[in-house]
Amino acid sequence: MSEMKKSRKQKVVVVGNGMVGHHFIDQLISHNNDDFQVVTFSEESRLAYDRVMLTSYFIGNTADDLALTSPQAYDEQGVEYFIDTQVVDIDRDKKTLITATDQIISYDKLVLATGSYPFVPPVPGKDQKNIHVYRTLDDLDAIAESAKSSHVGVVIGGGLLGLEAANAIKQLGLQTHVVEFAPRLMAVQLDQEGGDLLRSKIEDLGVCVHTEKNTTEIIAGENCRYRMNFADGSFLETDTIVFSAGIRPQDSLARISGLSLGERGGIVINDQCLTSDENIYAIGECALWDNKIFGLVAPGYAMAKSAVSHLTRGGLNGEVKTFSGADMSTKLKLLGVDVSSLGDAHGNTAGSQSYSFVDSAAGTYKKIVVSSDSKKLLGAVLVGDTSDYGQWLQLVLNKIELSQPPEYLLLPEIDGDSANAAAGVEALPDSAQICSCYDVTKQHLCDAVNAGAHDISALKSCTSAGTGCGGCVPLVTQVLNSELEKAGVSINDNLCRHFAFSRVELFDIIRVKQLRTFDELLTECGEGEGCEVCKPAAASMLASLWNEHVLAEELVGLQDTNDNYLANMQKDGTYSIVPRVPAGEITPEHLILIGSIAKKYNLYTKITGGQRIDLFGAQLNQLPLIWQEMVEAGLETGHAYGKSLRTVKSCVGSTWCRYGVQDSTEMAITLEERYRGIRSPHKVKMGVSGCARECAEAQSKDFGVIATDKGWNLYVAGNGGMRPRHADLFASDLDDATLIRYIDIILMFYIRTAERLQRTSVWLEGLEGGLDYLKDVVINDKLSINDELIVQISHLIETYECEWKVTLNDPQKLKRFNHFINSEALDSNVIFTTERKQIRPAIKKNIVMI
Amino acid sequence: MIDIIENVSKESGEVSANKIDWLTVCKIEDITKNTGVCANFNGKQVAIFHMKKAKDSDGIGGISEVKAVCNVDPFSAASVLSRGLITEKDNQFFVASPLLKQEFCLETGQCQQDDAIAINTYKARIDDELVQLMEA
Repeated sequence: MSEMKKSRKQKVVVVGNGMVGHHFIDQLISHNNDDFQVVTFSEESRLAYDRVMLTSYFIGNTADDLALTSPQAYDEQGVEYFIDTQVVDIDRDKKTLITATDQIISYDKLVLATGSYPFVPPVPGKDQKNIHVYRTLDDLDAIAESAKSSHVGVVIGGGLLGLEAANAIKQLGLQTHVVEFAPRLMAVQLDQEGGDLLRSKIEDLGVCVHTEKNTTEIIAGENCRYRMNFADGSFLETDTIVFSAGIRPQDSLARISGLSLGERGGIVINDQCLTSDENIYAIGECALWDNKIFGLVAPGYAMAKSAVSHLTRGGLNGEVKTFSGADMSTKLKLLGVDVSSLGDAHGNTAGSQSYSFVDSAAGTYKKIVVSSDSKKLLGAVLVGDTSDYGQWLQLVLNKIELSQPPEYLLLPEIDGDSANAAAGVEALPDSAQICSCYDVTKQHLCDAVNAGAHDISALKSCTSAGTGCGGCVPLVTQVLNSELEKAGVSINDNLCRHFAFSRVELFDIIRVKQLRTFDELLTECGEGEGCEVCKPAAASMLASLWNEHVLAEELVGLQDTNDNYLANMQKDGTYSIVPRVPAGEITPEHLILIGSIAKKYNLYTKITGGQRIDLFGAQLNQLPLIWQEMVEAGLETGHAYGKSLRTVKSCVGSTWCRYGVQDSTEMAITLEERYRGIRSPHKVKMGVSGCARECAEAQSKDFGVIATDKGWNLYVAGNGGMRPRHADLFASDLDDATLIRYIDIILMFYIRTAERLQRTSVWLEGLEGGLDYLKDVVINDKLSINDELIVQISHLIETYECEWKVTLNDPQKLKRFNHFINSEALDSNVIFTTERKQIRPAIKKNIVMI
Repeated sequence: MIDIIENVSKESGEVSANKIDWLTVCKIEDITKNTGVCANFNGKQVAIFHMKKAKDSDGIGGISEVKAVCNVDPFSAASVLSRGLITEKDNQFFVASPLLKQEFCLETGQCQQDDAIAINTYKARIDDELVQLMEA
């Protein structure tokens, strides 16, 4: 019987392993891995990578960071792949492909995901060295190579991709020019006023913009390598040129094999993404649907989904999803400027009216296009501030009737007006697509919330919403809150049963009322006597504000296990000890001393992941004895027991390393000594790397610092451990003082606003507005609290003391470091055995007493 | 059990051999308020906790009270309960194990996370600033 079931797998061949080709494979496999054998071809030297993020290649992201899959992943999924392999012909009768190396591959179903190629206008002189296009990682490598021998770079084309390319050229340190044929930048998406504002913002950043320039030839230059002559008689000299004058569908394979093409190219497809051959699909930028090419990734993904749905006959739920066009609205950050265009941005609809709002002080421009009866929003242009994008896009896509006169949309939000936002979400139909990257509808989100995803990170991980471009996160949050409210789940962020306040609220209460003890806090706003949740949380907040010794009489009873005895309790009740080794730099004398202490007290010794040394197996009464020796030799506590800064991991940096561009060790020591001992909502790790090779793995830390030849790049909210997260680039090429100022502010802002035991990664993801909001707070002082945050953290830095040094000088505190209150004896329950020449706890049977 | 008590108390010499007597282990000032200590009580490890409420029903400063339970955490077999955090729920006090945070009622010894598990309790009192224990 099993023989009969095992009918031969259908062989699906995907030509092109770009983002869309890969998405198709990903979707097909996750739908059904048993019935299909998948083969894919890539002309490029690597498998699919994130082309949308291409520019980030120049600010530290590696090819691996951009990769969407890997040979290992494809191997595990059973996907056969050929890289560096061009498919040159299709024999549609025999259903075979022929590659450039004369291999012949058969298929049952063929998917053409060949993408597009950059259009290079036929300008005389275009085929010389150091003249490039901007499409692949190989192109980027070539541009970077040219940049080494260049001072000036020109991008021809001021559209979306052209500005991305200009950003790349600027990142490479070249004097940057953008040359555009049209009278404004981003002519497809923006109107003249929006384009002008974008231009002035970009010019403020040092990029020269030349509009209405038609390049007629490229000849040898006098001061630079080349001279570009324009039709109006002017010229521009440059060393490197990047063409970004639009894309053309890569349809040559379809052309050779006789598939139907559009008049101006593109493989004609129907709503199922089938071409004129019923066994061949075309998806992505090579496909022509309703005489339109879609040059964005989201429509490509939607096509991939439709093709998978048709191929699997609707998959499990049997519902065949067709492609019915796609919204070409875009929201981007170009050269640091927020730009978005949605719906009918140019007011092409008959009878439409438009309104605009310019705030020249803030540098923002907003235009809306509304229907002739002013009831519906048809389109919009936003430059400088795109926070309305998500909300407005929903109004456009779902044709929602405006509840107020349209000009109200343009007015800056007045306090207390946020209720409108929630009402907006309520008004959306269930079918409204909230996340366009992953095609998540409001219904999907509501179902997930009702199935138990009650916070934003849970909702993100089970629906994928907001994990692509992230633009929809504010909207996803609104859906979450409105759904929770409907379900009667009050959004209860009370700390615990003793306090009807969130941690953030309690932090403010303690700060404003200057409360110094838990008793005062309980009297002020709590009830009962406290518990395992509120006591350590209060201890942390009191320490973050006033920095009193954690073993002070009023505070000691609040401390969690490890803080309680300034050491890390292990499974047998003994402790481990970690002295601070800033940046992992240690003298031989200290190394020997630590070794001799470990030997003297017979401690198990292990190197930690944070470049220091952990000594295990100390009994309570031994802790002061051991620390006495450590402190006398000039070592101090490493706070391995605290929810506070652990280590600042570093590489050796420019002092020794032949690749290093900055002294990473010195910076790491500076940071570790600055932030040591500061109590925070959870532990904090930092790393400093001396060059882009990133040996300190700084991007897996809460704060990661990576040297550039101009200063430091700061990354935030990375995480290792059970929930790994790559840190986000916060700012580039900072000098020492700015780097430290930013970390000061971010750290204190985190301490103030995070939930208890929330690492920076989850905190940032939960922060409404995310990374951009954090930048706005820190860099632009959006909340006008930076001075206050700096004062607070300066207080913490100035009042730092080694907790062990203070403890050793205080008989009252030392009294607690004895196993028995009425005897000098040691705990007879602690028993060690020996393994690999060191001690370890003996295995005991658990004692259960009834 | 009685044998053990008598043996140890004879050795210690500090206290009466009478098993029903209260035995002094320390002064109340030796136990920082809202923390615990471990005492050797007749050869057994006993965790003693000193509770002092933020405010009593009369609203004025709290009065000290002590509770005593076995010091050994039944889940780990480590002698650590005296170093646990004191928690309160519905006016009852518990100690949370410093290892895996299971809570034990200081009155009854009952574990809150596992009905099948309870630990020994002892009688404890403050008598003229002295902390005294007695077998329950």
